[in-house]
Amino acid sequence: MIMNGDKTQQENAILASTRRQFFERCGVGVGSMALASLFAQEQAGAKPVVTNPMAPRQPHYKPKAKSVIFMFMAGGPSQLDLFNDKPMLREHHGQLPPQSYLEGKRFAFLKGTETLLASPQKFGRYGECGQELSDLLPHHREIVDEVCWLHGMKTDVFNHGPAKIFVNTGSPQPGRPSMGSWVTYGLGSEASDLPGFVVLQSGPRGPRAGSSLWSSGFLPTTYQGVPFRSGPEPILNLTSPAGMTRERERRFVDMVSDLNRLRLDQVGDAEIATRIAAYEMAYEMQSSAPELMELSDEPQSTLDMYGATPGKPSYANNCLLARRLVERGVRFVQLYHTNWDHHGGPTENLEVHLPAICKEIDQASAALVRDLKQRGLLDDTIVIWGGEFGRTPMGEVRDNTGRDHHIDAYSMWAAGGGFKPGLIHGKTDELGLGSVEDGKHVHDLQATILHLLGFNHERLTYRFQGRDFRLTDVHGEILHDVIG
Amino acid sequence: MFYRGHTSTWLVAAIVSLSSSVLLRPIEAVAAEREIDFARDIRPLLSNTCFQCHGPDEGSREADLRLDTPDGAYADLGGYYAIRPHDPAASALVERITSTDTDQRMPPPDSGLMLSQAQIALLKAWVEQGGKYDQHWSFRSIERPPLPVRETAAMRNPIDAFVSNRLQDANLALADEADRSTLIRRVYLDLLGLPPSREDVNAFLADQRTGAYERLLDRVIANPHYGERWGRHWLDQARYADTNGYTVDSERSMWPYRDWVIQAINDDLPFDQFTIEQIAGDLLPSPTQEQLVATGFHRNTLINQEGGTDNEQFRNEAVVDRVNTTGAVWLGLTVGCAQCHTHKFDPLTQQEYYQLFAFFNSGQDVNSVSPTLTVASEEHQVQLAKLDAQIDEAKAALADYEKRRNEQSPVAERDDGQPVSWEIIDAISAESEAGATIDRLEDGSFVVGGTNGNSDIYSISFAAPLERITGVRLETLTHPSLPKGGPGRAGNGNFVLNEISLKAGEAIASWLHATADHSQKDYDVTHAIDGDATTGWAINVASGNANVKRTAQFVSSPVGTKGKVHATITLKFGPNPAQYNIGRFRLAVTDAPHVKLDLPDAEKAKLAANLKRLQDERTKYAKNLPSTMIIRELDRPRESNVLIRGDFLRKGDVVQANAPAFLPTMGSEPAAKTRLDLAKWLVSDENPLTARVTINRVWGRFFGQGLVETENDFGLQGTPPTHPKLLDWLASEWIAGGWSMKQLHRLIVTSATYRQSSHLREDAQRVDPLNKLLSRQTRLRVDAEVVRDLALAASGQFDDRIGGPSVYPPQPDGVYAFTQRNAGWPTSKGADRYRRGLYTFFMRSAPYPMLTTFDTPRFDTTCTLRVRSNTPLQSLTLANDETMLESARALGRRLMSEAMEDRSRIELAYQLCFARLPTERETDRLLTFAQAQRADFLAVPDDAKSFSQSTTESGEQLAELATWTVVARGLLNLDEFITRE
Repeated sequence: MIMNGDKTQQENAILASTRRQFFERCGVGVGSMALASLFAQEQAGAKPVVTNPMAPRQPHYKPKAKSVIFMFMAGGPSQLDLFNDKPMLREHHGQLPPQSYLEGKRFAFLKGTETLLASPQKFGRYGECGQELSDLLPHHREIVDEVCWLHGMKTDVFNHGPAKIFVNTGSPQPGRPSMGSWVTYGLGSEASDLPGFVVLQSGPRGPRAGSSLWSSGFLPTTYQGVPFRSGPEPILNLTSPAGMTRERERRFVDMVSDLNRLRLDQVGDAEIATRIAAYEMAYEMQSSAPELMELSDEPQSTLDMYGATPGKPSYANNCLLARRLVERGVRFVQLYHTNWDHHGGPTENLEVHLPAICKEIDQASAALVRDLKQRGLLDDTIVIWGGEFGRTPMGEVRDNTGRDHHIDAYSMWAAGGGFKPGLIHGKTDELGLGSVEDGKHVHDLQATILHLLGFNHERLTYRFQGRDFRLTDVHGEILHDVIG
Repeated sequence: MFYRGHTSTWLVAAIVSLSSSVLLRPIEAVAAEREIDFARDIRPLLSNTCFQCHGPDEGSREADLRLDTPDGAYADLGGYYAIRPHDPAASALVERITSTDTDQRMPPPDSGLMLSQAQIALLKAWVEQGGKYDQHWSFRSIERPPLPVRETAAMRNPIDAFVSNRLQDANLALADEADRSTLIRRVYLDLLGLPPSREDVNAFLADQRTGAYERLLDRVIANPHYGERWGRHWLDQARYADTNGYTVDSERSMWPYRDWVIQAINDDLPFDQFTIEQIAGDLLPSPTQEQLVATGFHRNTLINQEGGTDNEQFRNEAVVDRVNTTGAVWLGLTVGCAQCHTHKFDPLTQQEYYQLFAFFNSGQDVNSVSPTLTVASEEHQVQLAKLDAQIDEAKAALADYEKRRNEQSPVAERDDGQPVSWEIIDAISAESEAGATIDRLEDGSFVVGGTNGNSDIYSISFAAPLERITGVRLETLTHPSLPKGGPGRAGNGNFVLNEISLKAGEAIASWLHATADHSQKDYDVTHAIDGDATTGWAINVASGNANVKRTAQFVSSPVGTKGKVHATITLKFGPNPAQYNIGRFRLAVTDAPHVKLDLPDAEKAKLAANLKRLQDERTKYAKNLPSTMIIRELDRPRESNVLIRGDFLRKGDVVQANAPAFLPTMGSEPAAKTRLDLAKWLVSDENPLTARVTINRVWGRFFGQGLVETENDFGLQGTPPTHPKLLDWLASEWIAGGWSMKQLHRLIVTSATYRQSSHLREDAQRVDPLNKLLSRQTRLRVDAEVVRDLALAASGQFDDRIGGPSVYPPQPDGVYAFTQRNAGWPTSKGADRYRRGLYTFFMRSAPYPMLTTFDTPRFDTTCTLRVRSNTPLQSLTLANDETMLESARALGRRLMSEAMEDRSRIELAYQLCFARLPTERETDRLLTFAQAQRADFLAVPDDAKSFSQSTTESGEQLAELATWTVVARGLLNLDEFITRE
């Protein structure tokens, strides 16, 4: 929808970048402390003269949630070995699926001769909601009634790169902003000394499609995801060079600021004031980011709950970091964990590698939900768990058993932030090939997440190349049934 | 806006149409007083509020009414009209936009759109004045406007006449000219992307004769770095990168295209030719190597090399990208909007989108790197031609030899032109001497079971199916009953065939030759026909799987078998090694002439080896030459269809390549149109868009924003130009002058408008806060690549070589931790570390961090305008990135060695970094800083050492070096350093 009548966020962003009113107010020699305070958290009565593109902003309507943690299971977890028990698969194991189930479906690797594959896992029903869980996820039993179970998810594309880009940006081609970018563009961030959109990675390698997944696309790069590496320098170039102590760096930043201010006085361009403030924030970040990463601050009981070990990079550490990030006001945290691409084969099969990766993520995923809840953070934090697609009921003919990519009926889960706890939403057919009840599309989930954050997904737009783009492209229906 | 779901109420409302509200009178009166300009006043209103449902797109059109054409708006809707010219009272449009009934009101309240009272009055006044439609401004042909007559002292060329004219209307005048230091740095940064050297600055400051500035421009525009700077802008639009994108994102070689762009710009290749060669260089008559390389423009699309991809899907994506990029770069139109449905605002139908698609739909590339072109220098080309000639000669010699051999053969042995056919034998009996069972399977093969004798002889008897036998084929096959699946009966599935023989009637075949698809080392298949029972053929492998089918062929002198002669093939095994018998096999015979059975032939082998040697030599030679991806057309074009909702699997009507109807027609020939026609049409004098769009973008590079703010949308939803006459004057001037970019740049850069100071003006600020009237220049943060170039140049490390493969300057560790491919970054050594930013290897899934931090786009799609952000991550990069620190250290040393005391060092630093001298306050601040820092480093020499990374200095010298290195680091971090003032 074209919003020429309203002042859109985009116009605000443009105004922020021009900041013309600054000229009238900036005067001469704004002290560095005053500038530093421009970005200070919730400064009562402070009159900002510089519009910070990351300043917290109000969405379209009152939000239920204010931050998001997205646990991205990169590669496509098998819903049929984790969340959906299918007795019919056991019954018809080794048989070809009925043709009627396959019509209109496309697969990446299947040739049409693959037969149905029963899950070797034992399933049980847990919690009051009675969600099915395989024995691979014992810790998930503890959160089964905190979680909203989303079955019958659909996406559009069946290759990893495009599908990952699709979940993140609503389009299979790279080039559009990711969800975290849209959210920080819309809401800003409450973290004054950390980026608003942080990306963490665990597993043997990074996700396919790399930084396209947290790119800000055509939005200003202010809103791109900032990868935090494990170790003492989480952000690239965060550390001062050898020989520059904290005190020397302070002296340095003061010198840079003063010279910038002299120039500002001469030319009157508010962009210089923004840069002065950016140096202050960078200086703050140099201490706040390493402090954030210092997990040994946490009590042993918390570390045990997650299975985290300070100094030893892991998914569990990242889950704990995610909590620390939202605690500090970071808006959007994304955790990638590889590799869920279990096609069968010596390094990616359902016999060895699925159980192994489940062990890596089970405890910490559950712990994060529990920890957020016990700290009262779950109410306004959306937690999403899932991959770019699911896997087929048919096994693939490789050396060991595995399943192909399946885009028509997979599962994800969501917790907190307004998602109904203990709800099982959606049902797939008896073979798990298609959805029979409450099927839903990635765009619907995106619309719902934005809705909980206070946005009408059709109105959170950015004008680029003559068109108002949005996360949900021209699709997306809010899943009113799954939110309280 | 007439909204969906209101079809019937629209009709009812028209019938009960009432006269318009008296409340609107006063505003109407105001609106009626002025002449309404459709393009300026009305079309944007209709476009924003009405076209979404009453525009060009039939699919979303409501009430069968379209308001984007006069025919639609004036149509008889059954006795009433949306618009009756000169008669607002009879115009349902006026009634509906003024209705207070929410069911009637347009635009519908639930659309979120609304018209203000003033806008309603405008629309009404327009209808009253006749409701005239004009063509959208950018679709009109370009006409050269006369220069405004008012003159002011500050004018330097016609640009200033247009700009001053508008400024005077706002009681403003051009700002003062920037000082010379600012001017020279501005010109250098804009045209070269490099800072002027101290010598350049001093020469310019010292040139007091008139024309100093023009002489400066002569030097700058002739400087070959000009091609790099403006090439980089073009490469943004070409979405040039060094990897394939998507998932695997492997490396590609495209830099010859990058170098072509730089060279073309330095040569001032006229923009029309520049366009034609890139869009359709391959279709030019006898295209040169350069013209083929130029087609790389549209090969910069992504390739998805992930397993399990549907190549047709990604071929389609690439074609779509080529259409959209062409639309954005040359036409400034959002043609991509019409991919799934007819454009909602611009007069581009979905059918017409696929007419454009058809131009690009017949490339040979199918989500593939090929076709590529080996890019050879002249010397390379001579050598290649020589090798090619030798290869042709060798081929001819071989063919000639084979022909002669065939002719010399007895009639029965000549090549009969038929393929070799094998008859599987239909055995009468199959016996094992050792007493094994030999059972015949349905496919004619035999499986052996029971006793596995230490030695054995299998005898297979059959009635010869042919009149003669010249060859026997033995297939050894796997079977589940065999050890490891066979094909042999040995524990590992191997066998050793010691001898094979064929007897037909009384004749015994004499073997001439044997070949096999695999022989174990020391067990060559020829051992099976050497008459020595202690040697034989076996099939084990050094690595991999041995338990697979193998095939051997045995060629014999012809054995006559007329009349279904009884024949026997005998296979002998053992006893050494023992129990190495075959487990499953199948036999076939042929009567093919010998010339077809690959008998060894020393002469032929020699000729073939010579050919292979030459071919290998050529391959090796060509492999070391650079290659680049190019466009090549299929011999038979693909059929193009409308793709329903843009889905490549849902094909609609067939379409022929053609231009959209709202733009000038493309030639009068009925013949099928090609990309070359498209390219020529884009740069024809009649095309109203290409020149306007291109000039507007060029303008934006010099002023921070274009004359048309929506530089990417010249359609109905775009903003109109701030200076329409200036834009058209520049366009007609440019076309008349032969599309020369250098002339255009020179024209702009010599204007007083360009030469203004960029300091904010309080007087203009209130009237024109966004500086749309151009009452001053604009400060612009330089592009990411230039940030790097500036640091390298100021520190003196800069390596000025132009072109060649991309390089790998140092980057922080761990960049690839977040990508699938843990690609190496072979950090360049020596001078390659100090090449310009545009030569940095660009990996789409993990771009060089410094570039991304300073807003270099990812080049997945075309980028016509970069955003400019200002973030703390930029501060961290400038302060701590290895490249910046190397520059700071080099600059610190330079200050130490080239100036002897504090003040002169500070002056030198300012000259190198900002092309100016410091102010007194700036000097004071730096002096204070340097003194404190010096004392600090004197006290802690270890830190001075580690910061400066000095291995030679100590004591005061060391503290001095470290101090000036920190000062240098400071200057590289100033806003002014990365800003074009």
